[in-house]
Amino acid sequence: MWEWLKSIVSDTGIMSAVKVTFIMAVSSTAISSVLGILFGLLLERFSFPGKRIVVRINRTLMGVPPVVAGLVVYLLIMRRGPLGPLSLLFTIKGMVIAQVLIITPIISGMIYSYARKAAPSIRVFAATMGADRWQTARLIIRELRKEIYFCMVTGFGRSISEVGAVMLVGGNIKGRTRTMTTTISLLKSQGIFTEGVALGIVLLVMAFILQWICDLLQKEGEEDENY
Amino acid sequence: MKKKLLAVFLVAVMSFSLATCGEKKEEKKEETKETTEEKKEEKAEDKGKLMMATTTSTEDTGLLDYLKPVFKEDTGWDLEWSAVGTGEALKMGENGDVDVVLVHAKASEEEFIANGFGVERFPVMYNDFVVVGPKEPVAKTDDINTVFTQIINDQLPFVSRGDDSGTDKKEKKIWESLSLDPAADPNYIESGQGMGATITMADEQKAYCLTDRGTWLKQSKDATLESELEIICEGDKNLLNQYGVIAVSPDKYPEVNNEGANDFIEWICSDKIQKLIGEYGTDEYGQALFTPNAGTDS
Repeated sequence: MWEWLKSIVSDTGIMSAVKVTFIMAVSSTAISSVLGILFGLLLERFSFPGKRIVVRINRTLMGVPPVVAGLVVYLLIMRRGPLGPLSLLFTIKGMVIAQVLIITPIISGMIYSYARKAAPSIRVFAATMGADRWQTARLIIRELRKEIYFCMVTGFGRSISEVGAVMLVGGNIKGRTRTMTTTISLLKSQGIFTEGVALGIVLLVMAFILQWICDLLQKEGEEDENY
Repeated sequence: MKKKLLAVFLVAVMSFSLATCGEKKEEKKEETKETTEEKKEEKAEDKGKLMMATTTSTEDTGLLDYLKPVFKEDTGWDLEWSAVGTGEALKMGENGDVDVVLVHAKASEEEFIANGFGVERFPVMYNDFVVVGPKEPVAKTDDINTVFTQIINDQLPFVSRGDDSGTDKKEKKIWESLSLDPAADPNYIESGQGMGATITMADEQKAYCLTDRGTWLKQSKDATLESELEIICEGDKNLLNQYGVIAVSPDKYPEVNNEGANDFIEWICSDKIQKLIGEYGTDEYGQALFTPNAGTDS
């Protein structure tokens, strides 16, 4: 069992899949978080004509099938597409674009819901304390930090579990754009199940450890505040 | 209350539409049943079932569906098949699960006979692989050695299936027989996907790839965007894929349908059927997918 795990971990193909997955998931979560949190908070803060439609579109996009997002990005960045000259197809960058398209609406939609509940009372409180606009905004973000963190974890979970869009845009090229999920899919098509399961376990362990680290960091932050 | 009513209404509409869908399907099924029954009545001698193991390519190209009714009409046997990989097809023959095998791996076929599982191998037809890629810089040729050597030496992009399929094995075998190592080319990539996806990727990357002619013809005909790839190499002996047909030995498995198997072999090697095979695909793709060559010693 141990030898078997060792042989899997030392397999360069698998290690590169882990690396590709990690780079892709972290960068797409980071970009989507910035965009999604900003958009969600702004959407809550300002009202404008057609806002309800925007919210509804956002909610629809939260459930966009990843292959559809993948196909749209593919058409945009393929050689004969509008962004073709940038040659982003079959690269990690291209995969991140597709992921951002999938995850950003999820994060912004969640943030909007949370903010709509909590922000008005915070704003009233800030006003009574005589805070200016920036101080109010910072207070809102601070008060919502748990929710923001939860949204980011959700986004990360979505990005490491993605198969369809990543396969389409990334092309599952060995050593370059092959992620853990597309490796599992390929292994299955070859009838190799044990390695597939092993990779699945590695994927879960990776998510667990990362989340654990995030939890620790968050706790430390809270303790600091108490002083 | 209104909402409840609406929900009840929606559920009713959905279940009603589902029910009607089901009815329609049933009607269709009955219709097809009737038509097949009528056909059966027309044909006189119904001899029973002949079970064959074959490779996916003969099924995917639609060749077997095209030949099946003719076989039934000519001989009275009902041909049924299981389309799997060549290795698995021969395994089914070794286990006596099928009456006849139609596969494409000469060495394994000869071994199959040497081990007493098959009676005799008859060549039937071949299809071929082609190398497709951009017009430049590799010039069109019928020599695979030139093409593959140039790809390695100039480090040209090449997309391999890399999924251990029949085509993937064929490609690896060609590299090996030319004693070239594709790993020496940094632009040699493995898609890990099916033939169609691999061709699309090669088109995008302006790369070369090895494909069976059937998939290539279908892909270049059906794709939304016109492919910018062309056939760079065809006709080399290394690219041929010879199909052989073998009856499973009745000495080993007395219960196999040897009469039907012999009828099938005689039938598929006959001039009439060989001509039919040679015509298959010309309507749709403008060229044949298989080249008949029964009677030769390929």
